[in-house]
This record gives sequence, structure tokens and C-alpha cells, in this order.
Amino acid sequence: MTPIVLLKRLTFCAALIPAAQLAYRAYTGDLTANPIEYITHKTGDAAVMLLVITLVVTPLRRLTAWNELIQLRRMLGLFAFFYACLHLFTWAIVDKFFDVETMVQDVFERPFITIGMVTFLLLLPLAITSTKGMIRRLGRRWQQLHRLVYVAATTAVIHFWWGVKADIREPRLWALALSVLFGFRLWWMLRARALSRS
Amino acid sequence: MLIKKGGGIPYSEITPESVYMRRREFIQAASGAALGVAAAIASPLSTPVSAQGNLAKLPNVKKSPLSTTEKPNSYEDVTSYNNFYEFGPEKEDPKANSGKFSPRPWTIRVEGLVKTPQSYDLESFIKPYALEERIYRMRCVEAWSVIVPWVGIPLGDIIKTLQPLPNAKFVEFTTLMDPTRMPGQRIPIIRYPYVEGLRLDEAMNPLAILAVGLYGAVLPNQNGAPIRLVTPWKYGFKGIKSIVKIRFTDTQPVGTWQISAPREYGFYANVNPMVDHPRWSQATERRLGEFRRRKTEPFNGYADQVASLYSGMDLRKNY
Repeated sequence: MTPIVLLKRLTFCAALIPAAQLAYRAYTGDLTANPIEYITHKTGDAAVMLLVITLVVTPLRRLTAWNELIQLRRMLGLFAFFYACLHLFTWAIVDKFFDVETMVQDVFERPFITIGMVTFLLLLPLAITSTKGMIRRLGRRWQQLHRLVYVAATTAVIHFWWGVKADIREPRLWALALSVLFGFRLWWMLRARALSRS
Repeated sequence: MLIKKGGGIPYSEITPESVYMRRREFIQAASGAALGVAAAIASPLSTPVSAQGNLAKLPNVKKSPLSTTEKPNSYEDVTSYNNFYEFGPEKEDPKANSGKFSPRPWTIRVEGLVKTPQSYDLESFIKPYALEERIYRMRCVEAWSVIVPWVGIPLGDIIKTLQPLPNAKFVEFTTLMDPTRMPGQRIPIIRYPYVEGLRLDEAMNPLAILAVGLYGAVLPNQNGAPIRLVTPWKYGFKGIKSIVKIRFTDTQPVGTWQISAPREYGFYANVNPMVDHPRWSQATERRLGEFRRRKTEPFNGYADQVASLYSGMDLRKNY
């Protein structure tokens, strides 16, 4: 097994940990006295975390010059989408129990839910166009489209931030991580521009 | 000239500064232990934990017509899912982190516009009153609810005994401030110590109690031991826990959550399905242990007893 294949398998298993934790807690009856809220929070946490980790791949690849790392990116992105789906379904199906009227009202009236829904709608086309065929078919436009992930990661962290009552430590940490990751890209972009000019 | 070095005291005899600085703790601990022994003979409130680690049963608890007939949530639900940031911000934190907290001995300071400002030992503070069981609905501002069989004393009875001065219009409560015993206070998520307040006529309403027990036994630490406020027609955050100070004032107190987010949490905090939290709806709630949401009632279903307190008031402004 080549190192990248091994790393891919390990990453796959690691990305399943939040789901496995929930499954285990469900099995042992340890989802707190309010399981629906607990599952909503934990799937949301996992989605934000994986979205941020997805954005680590490219800088890490440049810093280590290990180009094969790029093979992790799609899987991580799809796992982020997977947890975002679980998060949305928990809210829509389990929590609101198909109460469409209330949900529509929430999406339009409550900024924190609006931005959560925006995040999901941004992730949706990225997931749909993540197949090899789509990458080929879209060509250059694929790259442009997938820059939306920066917007989605930002709105995801804002959704988290606006959702907490007072304890902003976790969303603040993700915001900081995003700034560092965006900082790398900005720095490289500016440097490339300066080099091409000189 | 003869210079004599040092005094007659060897260094080994000098109290290290660190110990000297903690002298009050020693005195407190020593006197606390003495009090504890003295009071141990007195009642289950002073020796809340039995040798087996169980919380002591409270004797002679009267039933009350103000109790709901709904079925209380399990002891497990009530004691494992709590908002008590002094022991951590997650719902499971208070139970996990309050095990070592010892709410004895406990002193309550009564001050401000009151006949005799003074400190009371918890024991003597509650001694004059009969304990009542009050099975109440509790509606959290986060849109979940729970039914809790409290044991407590009508706050109005206590206030009558304390005799506030005629110009007292409000009563303000303060939680213990002690980051060494309440580890959550080391994290500045909200401002500590926690403060809450009521209008005096609200505090005198028969529904308002100071609770010292749960399910017929002494109040567990995670629920606000040894003594906490319960106002069932208001959102749960008004129910300040581990009270050490009661102050009567002529100005409206400012609660901790009001300071934290004034647009979201008001002074009154009456349960009101018509007035949403800016970030979520208050129209429905999830009762712990239930799957479907249920409709939230005005004043949490206690409108008959308390609505008159607010007649003529704009409850959208006074949220």
C-alpha cells in the first residue's frame, strides 16, 4: 500500500468518528435528556470541522510538496456535506417534523437559520459536481465553481457563531483557523502576482 | 558598631507567605468543620450527603395545590441536563463538574432596603418555614421544558419575615462567586457572579419559591444547591442558583443574561409564545422525553396566577 492510499483510508475512518460517536452514544442511551438537540449540535460541529479541514489540504500540499495529498480533498469535502445533510435532516425531519410553515418562516426571519440554509445551498452544487465526469465536463468552470467552498466555510462559521447563546469559544476558534487558511492563500496569491509583474 | 544579624526567629518558624495568604481559608475550613459537626445533629439540610453518598430525604414536606398534575420528568433527566455555567457551559457539565462542590456551611447575606441587614446560616434562614413540594413546569429560554418536583419555601413568606422597607421595590439575588469551587467561573463566558432580580410584587406571588430540594431529597449541586430561586412562569434563567445574597432595592436589578445580550434577554423574561427570542421562535417547546414539540403557553400555563402582575404592560417591550 502506498503512503497516500494508507492516508486516505485512515482519513476515511477518522472522518467517521463523529458519526460513530453518535451511534455509540445512541446505543448506550447517552444522548442526554434532549437527544434531538444533542444530535443537531454534534452533526453541525462535525460539518464545520470537516469543512475547515478540507481547506487545510491545499496549503499543506504546498508546504510539504506532497502533491498526492490533493486526493484527500474531495473525500473530506463530501464528508463535510454528509454531516451537513445529517444536521439539516435532524432539524427539518426530527426537530421540526416536516412543519414546513415554521421552517420557511425560520429560514426567512432568523438570520442564523438563513445563513445555515445558505451554507447548505452553497455546498449542494459542490457535492453534485464532485464526480470525475463532472470535473471533466465543467473544465475550467469547475475550479471557479468550487471556489464557493470559501464562502460556504465562512457562512458555516457565522451560522455556528450566531447560533450559540454565549459561549463563542468554539466558533471563534474556527474563525481563527479560517483566517489563517485564507491568509496562506492570500499571501501566495499576492506573491505570485508580484513575481509575474517583475 | 555592632550589627546583630537576624532576630530570634528561625526561618522554619515563619509562616510561608502562600500559607499566610490563605489564612482565611483555614479559619473558614476550621469553623466550617465545627459548624458542620454542630449542625450534623440538627437536620438533613446540614448533612446533605449520607455515608452511602445519597442525598438526604427531607422530612415533613407538605403537598401543594399549586403543583401541576402532569407527570414529573425522571430524576435522571432533571439532574443530568442543566444550564449552570458556573460548572461549565454544556448541559452535561454541571453534573460532571459539581461532584466535589460542598454547599455547606452556607451563609446568606440579606442587605439593602430591609429592616435588619444581616447574614444567616442556611439552616437558621429556612428553619422557620414548612417545606412544600411544588411540582412545576420549567420552560427554558432555549425552547425545551421539563417538569420538576421541587421542595421549597414560598419566597413571599421569607420576604415577609425579612421585612423590606417601604421604599424597596425590587429584590436582587446573587450566586456564590468562588472560582476555586465553581470551575466554570474561570471561563469568562458570562459575567460572574450571576445576578437575577424580581419586582417585589412578583417575588411575593405565591408561585415563587426558594427551592432547597428535589424529588423529596436535598437539592443536588447541579440544580443549584443549597438554595435557588424558582419562578415557573418565567424562563429558566431567572431561577438563580446557589444564592448567597438577597438585596432589597428601589432600582430595577440588571440580570446576568441581560448584561450578556440585552436585546435577547430582558428583566421580566416571562414565558411568552408571542414574543420570540431574536434568534429562535418561542411558540413551541420540546418537553424532555418527548418527540414532538408542544405549544408553549403564555406565562408557561400560569397565567391565572400571574397575568394580573403585568396588566397594562406592553409585554413586547418588557420581554
